[in-house]
Amino acid sequence: MSSVPSLRVVGRPEPTSPKLSLRSVSKTYRQSSGELVRALDDVTLDVAPGEFVCLVGPSGCGKSTLLDLIAGLERPDAGQVLMNGRPIAGPGPDRAVLFQEPTLFPWMSVIRNLEFALGLTGVPKADRRELAMHWLSKVHLSAFASAQPHEISPGMRQRAVLARALACQPEVLLADEPFGALDAQSREVLQRELQTVWLETRNTFVFVTHNVREAVFLADRVVLMSARPGTLVAEHRISSPRPRSFEDVLLAKVVVDVHDHLLKEVQKVVATEEGVRPGLA
Amino acid sequence: MSRPRRAFGQVWPRVAILVVLVLAWWAVYATGLWDRVLLPSPASVWTALWSNLSGAGGLLVAAERSALRLFLGLAAAAVIGTPIGLAMAASKIVQRSIGSLMVGLQALPSIAWLPLATLWFGITERAVFFVVVMGATPAVAIATAASVRLVPPTLIRAARTLGSRGGRLYVRVVLPAAVPGYIAGLQQAWALAWRALMAAELIVTGARGLGHFLERAGAVFDTPLMLATMVAIMLVGIGVDGVFTLVDRRVRSRRGLIPSG
Repeated sequence: MSSVPSLRVVGRPEPTSPKLSLRSVSKTYRQSSGELVRALDDVTLDVAPGEFVCLVGPSGCGKSTLLDLIAGLERPDAGQVLMNGRPIAGPGPDRAVLFQEPTLFPWMSVIRNLEFALGLTGVPKADRRELAMHWLSKVHLSAFASAQPHEISPGMRQRAVLARALACQPEVLLADEPFGALDAQSREVLQRELQTVWLETRNTFVFVTHNVREAVFLADRVVLMSARPGTLVAEHRISSPRPRSFEDVLLAKVVVDVHDHLLKEVQKVVATEEGVRPGLA
Repeated sequence: MSRPRRAFGQVWPRVAILVVLVLAWWAVYATGLWDRVLLPSPASVWTALWSNLSGAGGLLVAAERSALRLFLGLAAAAVIGTPIGLAMAASKIVQRSIGSLMVGLQALPSIAWLPLATLWFGITERAVFFVVVMGATPAVAIATAASVRLVPPTLIRAARTLGSRGGRLYVRVVLPAAVPGYIAGLQQAWALAWRALMAAELIVTGARGLGHFLERAGAVFDTPLMLATMVAIMLVGIGVDGVFTLVDRRVRSRRGLIPSG
């Protein structure tokens, strides 16, 4: 990140031992056409324990790739991805992932989905039901515990996925535009609920979105990525007190500020490069 | 919709097509344009069906024998074809080698195996069984491979992030996710097995199944019994298909793959 000095401007002292740490990470894909795509280029990012980081950027900027690397679903070509200072070897229940499409297993009821996940983390069978109900009640789904996934709305499904993730009590939560496919109203309800549960659990959170408003509402820190190859361009700390509210005029102003700040950084990047890359602003 | 009305909606189209068919048949018969020995009347077919139904040499016993053969043949095809299909889905090398072989075998009408089978096993029950298994196994294998390959990758990714991997991921997530496609494959396989069985029974007459009835009726020029046997073969088919459709519906509606109701 040293190549982008602006990142340090609003920074606070680096925590001594970050929960997550990406060190000069690069990742290249070969598309089915055979073309090589540099998804991530020399990305360095630290996430402190209990910090809520939102990654914002245009589609195709490598946000999802970055998340896959932390989840352990992919390996970097170069650089290191560390959790608690140790390289991430593969996926594991200590890092739960919320994908854009709800990933409940369709042949299991909602509560069985949670019990299945709890079983994988080693919770004894006798304790699973009670724990599952506890986390379902946190997202207001107690009444739908025995429903099949297709019987509840997309928003409820995503809440069930959130409950399943939280039930495993992961050290890190990763989310890849989890509310992107929902209608505006359900999205706002879920954003509020996520804030409420997160204020209780305080997991380290890396949340990918292309929605600045969502990012400002949720995050301690918003990090902007640029596209092709994906790099970190700028970041902005959100110090507004929690719980935050969408009706809050001050927060709305922060959204505008962050938007402007990010826009300026994008223009700087564009200006320093030869080719103009449309679609970033 | 109320329950009786729904039942009515289920039944009337089936009755209607039957009535239309019988009426058309009867009309052709009544004109006398077609030789009445070659095209018997619906009534005489009904009589043939009814009078040959029960008894030790009756259609019911023959249908039971054929249905049992179908069941055993399909079960054997599932036991052999399923692991082959799973291996095809798991390995590109197996897919390219054994997978191609399965496609080739599926292109081969299973009755083509019968001459060889009678040389190997004689004109016996075993020859019939062999032909049925050869008819259904490739379909089971190909459908199994396809159903596993079509499991949504996000489900597998989600399971991996929850800490599931290796054999347990396969058994607890991949296989259950493949079940609807697998059932559809079995539904295709039973139809192939049933055709193979009828053809084999026509020739291996000692097997005394429905196919044998058809052969016997042909030998004595008993056209009403021929048509009655064909009706019986179709009825067994509709029954077996009904069972599969029921299972398929249950599984799919449980997963929201079809609108319930």
